[in-house]
Amino acid sequence: MAKTLFQKVWEAHTVRKLPNGQTQLFIGTHLIHEVTSPQAFGMLRDLGLKVKYPHRTFATVDHIVPTNELKEPYSDPIAQEMIEALRKNTKDYGIRFFDTNTGNQGIVHMVGPEQGITQPGTTIACGDSHTATHGAFGAIAFGIGTTQVRDVLATQTLALSPLKVRRIEVNGKLAPGVYAKDVILHIIRVLGVNGGIGYAYEYAGTTFDAFSLEERMTVCNMAIEGGARCGYVNPDQKTFDYIKGKPYAPKGADWDAAVARWKSFASDPGCQYDDVKVFKAEDIRPTVTWGITPGQAVFIDEKMPALETLNAADRQTAEDAYAHMKLAPNTPIKGTKVDVCFLGSCTNGRISDLREAAKYLKGHKVRAGVKAIVVPGSQLTAIQAVHEGLDKVFTEAGFEWRGAGCSMCLAMNPDKLVGDQLCASSSNRNFKGRQGSQTGRTILMSPIMVVAAAITGQVADAREVFKV
Amino acid sequence: MSLAKITQVKALALAVPGDDIDTDRIIPARFLRCVTFDGLGEHAFRDERTGPDGKERPHPMNSAQAARIAAAKKGVMVVGFNFGCGSSREHAPQSIWRFGFTALVGGSFAEIFFGNSTTLGVPCVTLSKEDLAECDAFVRANPDVEVTVDVEKLTVSAGAKSWKASIAASARDGLINGKWDPIADLLEGADAVAKTAGGLAYVEGK
Repeated sequence: MAKTLFQKVWEAHTVRKLPNGQTQLFIGTHLIHEVTSPQAFGMLRDLGLKVKYPHRTFATVDHIVPTNELKEPYSDPIAQEMIEALRKNTKDYGIRFFDTNTGNQGIVHMVGPEQGITQPGTTIACGDSHTATHGAFGAIAFGIGTTQVRDVLATQTLALSPLKVRRIEVNGKLAPGVYAKDVILHIIRVLGVNGGIGYAYEYAGTTFDAFSLEERMTVCNMAIEGGARCGYVNPDQKTFDYIKGKPYAPKGADWDAAVARWKSFASDPGCQYDDVKVFKAEDIRPTVTWGITPGQAVFIDEKMPALETLNAADRQTAEDAYAHMKLAPNTPIKGTKVDVCFLGSCTNGRISDLREAAKYLKGHKVRAGVKAIVVPGSQLTAIQAVHEGLDKVFTEAGFEWRGAGCSMCLAMNPDKLVGDQLCASSSNRNFKGRQGSQTGRTILMSPIMVVAAAITGQVADAREVFKV
Repeated sequence: MSLAKITQVKALALAVPGDDIDTDRIIPARFLRCVTFDGLGEHAFRDERTGPDGKERPHPMNSAQAARIAAAKKGVMVVGFNFGCGSSREHAPQSIWRFGFTALVGGSFAEIFFGNSTTLGVPCVTLSKEDLAECDAFVRANPDVEVTVDVEKLTVSAGAKSWKASIAASARDGLINGKWDPIADLLEGADAVAKTAGGLAYVEGK
């Protein structure tokens, strides 16, 4: 019988059926970081349990790292306590830790792929909702809570119920100036922030076939913003090429066996999906959010929605959003004044993002009065960017060049909005208060649109600014 | 590990309205700078409850009803749709639970939030849109009437009212049988786990 990748991976990792009807699922790869793991190690100690498969858990530190400071002790003593707790826990239990002094530290969802730990046909779990990023390689990757981190540490398994699979097909060629970020913002806008509840998203079609692994990661990363717990792309030659030679990639004879195995996990032709949605790449334009959920988005050349066009439930959220964002319904979003520009995060902090942004930024200056920061997601990305001279392009234009971490995507380190500053951000969440100020405002967009905003000091159409 | 069987929660209720309430709003990220969950209860909905000027603002969690629930260490929170979306932070249900809430009634729940709550022994049941509106109105009008969330019979009732409730079958099973924390079951399967692991080349680095 023809099966989806999700079904095949699920079956290969099924340990047994649990008394409550859920599946005990083997988690082949477990990624941990400093925020959601300390309590899990505490629970493990309270229960007198050990880490069952220490070589299948990998740790790094990302959320609390002060990307402007990079020297310990950190000025925030709690951040220092958290990194030290992770050092102790990984040492006590024999877990590999990509610490800040290794040259391999970074946002957990970048470290897995960079190290070749993220592989097709595997199950991955991490106490972070953006774990779906790893689905770009054809893995089934779940964001989990802290008690579940304990479960994986203690048993290398989780109690889960299978998901339905929705195939999201995007076909055709994206117009110049339109990127993977616009594709996922558009999908969420159309299907809704809760449209994916109960589903895994299989992204497919010629647009995804043409995407690099980094572009696929951008889309899979935001599956959760559409309510889907995981998203994936079937593995292909590009996937294998990306993994080849990475530190944890199979070597020698194991490599050929692994590729054969990986290929076998791809969804079979003719397999049944629980739902199918089809989009045309040509219909997608640069997309920006205007509200306080990632689904509240418009094309850059559209007006924000008039309240009377919305149904009652959406209208209430929209009213709340307009009040928070200090924006007016039925007016253009283009031209909205910007205070801060943030380029980074597990959505868009990879080398291809930095290259594309630098390509357009070169020769321009950040507008006076705008604070612009660029934060490579990982140390390897930072090293590569410096090697290519990208850091100079950014700093000469007036961006601050930072160390690796989550930075201003979420407010757990010194990078925060102040007051009601409005931030043009390449990150993934525009929730109220997300960027560290209760009244702070976030507009999500692609990296090139962030650069356009930095130069003009307003929400701008990068296609016009750069004549693409 | 022996856990209580959670067949029903009977307690005073508080309506916290709105759809798409994300976990950043339930517990802002700065409170995740911690190595234990202790003390999170007092910060539940912190930035919704307190303005930038440090003053309390009108929010259900600042009400006398919320204070009664906090004192009783039991309560039912009535919420909207897609509650708990966004970040997977278990700190969110931990803060609600530590504040004093022991059950949630809503239109729908984000999956990770739902799982995290169930594992704490906090049932999250759903009502139809119409029933939820009625329940929400009843709770506001009758703050002294206890609401019963019956996980076994799948109802939410208060006074003379009763509404049909839903919850994932596996969560219901775990709650009413005192197995809402799956760790005991997961540990029992150790032999089967080893067998599954043995069939996965990558687990051995191949």
